[in-house]
Amino acid sequence: MTTAAPARPRFSLRGIFSRPEKPYIHPYLGGALLGVVLFLAFLVTRNGLGASGGMNRYVAAVQDAVSPGHIDQTPYLLKLAGGTKNPLDDWSVPVLTGALVGGFVSGLLNGRVKPEINKGPRISNRARLIMAFSGGAIMAYGARMARGCTSGQALSGGATLSAGSWALMMCIFGGAYALAYFVRKAWL
Amino acid sequence: MSIFPLQAFLLPLSQNPWTYAVFGLIGFAFGFVLEMSGFGNSKKLSAQFYFRDLTVLKVMFGAIVTAMVLLFLSSAIGILDYNLVYVPETYLWPGLLGGVIMGFGFIIGGFCPGTSVVSTATLKIDGALFLLGAFVGVFAFGETEHLFDAFWHSGYYGRLTLMEVFGLPTGVVVLLVVLMALFMFWGAEHLERIFGQRDLKREPRLRYAGAGALVLVALAVLIIGQPDAADKWARISTAREAALTAREVQIAPGELLASLGDDKLNVVMLDVRSEADFNLFHLQGAQHVALDELPALVPSLLHEPAAVTVTVVMSNDEAAATQAWKTLQAESIANVYVLEGGINQWIATFGAGDAAIVPVAVDAGSDRLAYTFPAALGARYEAARPSPHEWELEYTPKIKLERKRSPSGGGCG
Repeated sequence: MTTAAPARPRFSLRGIFSRPEKPYIHPYLGGALLGVVLFLAFLVTRNGLGASGGMNRYVAAVQDAVSPGHIDQTPYLLKLAGGTKNPLDDWSVPVLTGALVGGFVSGLLNGRVKPEINKGPRISNRARLIMAFSGGAIMAYGARMARGCTSGQALSGGATLSAGSWALMMCIFGGAYALAYFVRKAWL
Repeated sequence: MSIFPLQAFLLPLSQNPWTYAVFGLIGFAFGFVLEMSGFGNSKKLSAQFYFRDLTVLKVMFGAIVTAMVLLFLSSAIGILDYNLVYVPETYLWPGLLGGVIMGFGFIIGGFCPGTSVVSTATLKIDGALFLLGAFVGVFAFGETEHLFDAFWHSGYYGRLTLMEVFGLPTGVVVLLVVLMALFMFWGAEHLERIFGQRDLKREPRLRYAGAGALVLVALAVLIIGQPDAADKWARISTAREAALTAREVQIAPGELLASLGDDKLNVVMLDVRSEADFNLFHLQGAQHVALDELPALVPSLLHEPAAVTVTVVMSNDEAAATQAWKTLQAESIANVYVLEGGINQWIATFGAGDAAIVPVAVDAGSDRLAYTFPAALGARYEAARPSPHEWELEYTPKIKLERKRSPSGGGCG
C-alpha cells in the first residue's frame, strides 16, 4: 500500500537563512523581558548580566596559553589567570557564550541573520568598519577601567541600586551625547 | 534562611558543574532578548544619540526598573537575601572616567560590548569589527593598568547604594527610580515625536498598564519594607540557636591567637563593648563598634574576601558579643565567631603575669569588665598583643572556613 505523503517543504539550510525579516519587538516589551531575565539571574545566581568581563577572561586565556610568565608578572592579569588559575572558570564566560548563541537563534527565527554593514548613508563601508573597530577598542578600554560595561555596570549595577553604577551610567550617556554631533556623518 | 540565591551559587562553581549550564542559559536569554529588541543593529543603537529613536533608553531603563522592583519585592517578602546579591563596588573616579570613555566608544563604534556580540551572531560585519576591537581594548587595558594603578583604585566606597547616598529607605528609592524612569519614557516619546516624526497615537495603550503595574509593585515594596536584622534573625534562629548552645561558635583565646598568627587568614576583630572599656584595654587590631552601629558596618564586611576572612566579635564576657554574632549571622556575613569568655578570659589567659592589671569581682553573666587598669592604655598592654609564637595553648579548634565564591569572581563585568 502506497499513499503519497503530503508535500512538506524539505528542510534546507538556505531556507532557514532566508526567512522573511520580522520587525523588532516593542522597546517596552524588550525592556520588561530583559528585566525579567536580569531579575532571574540575580535571584538564582546572585550575579547579574555581563559582557566585557567574559571578554576579559577569553583574552586572558589566550595570553595565558601564549605567555604564562607574563601573566604571573602583571598584577591585573594575575588575578584572572595567575599560577594554576583557569581564567575561563567564571560565571561571565558561559553568560557571554550563551549570549552569542541566543542572539544567533533569535536572529535565525526572525530572518535577521545575514551579512550586512549597518551605517548612515554618507559614510563608506571602509570608514564605517574602521570606526567600528576603533569604537570597540575605546569602549572596551573604558569598560575595564570602569570595572564593567553597559551590561555589568549600568544594567546590573543600576538594578541593584549601586551608587557607582548610576554615576557611571550617566557618564556613558553624557559621553555619547557630547560626541554625537561630531560623528553625525557616520549615522545620519 | 532565604531560599535565593541558591546555595550552590554561593560556592565555587566548579563544585557544581551544572551551575555553568545555568549561566549559559541566562546568557542565551540575554542574547535572545537583546537581538529581539533590535540591539544587533548599530543604526538603531546610535539613533538614541540623535533623538530619532530612543529604543536604547526605553529598553535599558525598562529592564533596570523591572528587575529592580522584582528584586526588592523578593527581598521584602523574604525569598531573596539582598546581602548576597552582587552589588558592584563603587570606585568613583575610574568609574566616571571609564563611563565617559565608554560613551565615546559607543557613538564612534555604534555598539556596547554585549550588543556587539549579538550583532556578530547575526553576521553584521560592523558588529564583528567592533567585537574584534573590543578584544584589543581589553588586552590593551590589561597591559597598561599598571601605569595608573593608584587611579584605578581611587574613590573606593565599597558596596555603596543609592539608599546610603541619599539616606532614604529602600522603598522610597525604588519608587523614586520608577517615577524617574516613567518621566524619562514620557520625555523620550515626545523627543521621538519631534525628531523622529513618530505618531504617538499608534503606540500601544498597554504601556499605561505596564507603568501602573510598576508603580503598584514599587508601592508594595515601600509599604512592606525591607527586613532588618531582627526579622532575618527570626527566620534562622532555630538552627543557629542550636550552634550557640552547643558552643560551636565560641572560640577559645588560644584559637584566636593562633588565627592571628596565620598569614593565610584575614581576621577581623570587632569589639562591641562601651568606648570606656575599649579605651582601658583592647586587643591590638580590634575595631570598636557599638552594638547599635553594627548594621552600618555590614556593607563593608560583605566585601571582605569571604573565603579567607574570619570575623571575631568580643565583649567583656559573652552577652553583647552573642548579640552582635546574631546580627552578623542574620546579615549573612560568613565565618563569624564569638571570643569565648570575652576580654575577661583573654586577660585571665594572657595578662596573669601583669601585676598592674588587678582583678575585681563582678557578677557572673553581667558582661562587665572584671579587671581594673592603672591607665587607659588601650592596646599598649603586653596582654593586648601576645606573640602567637610564645604561647602553646590547648584548645578545641572550632573555626571551619566556609569557602565561598567571591561574587565578582575577580573580574566583574
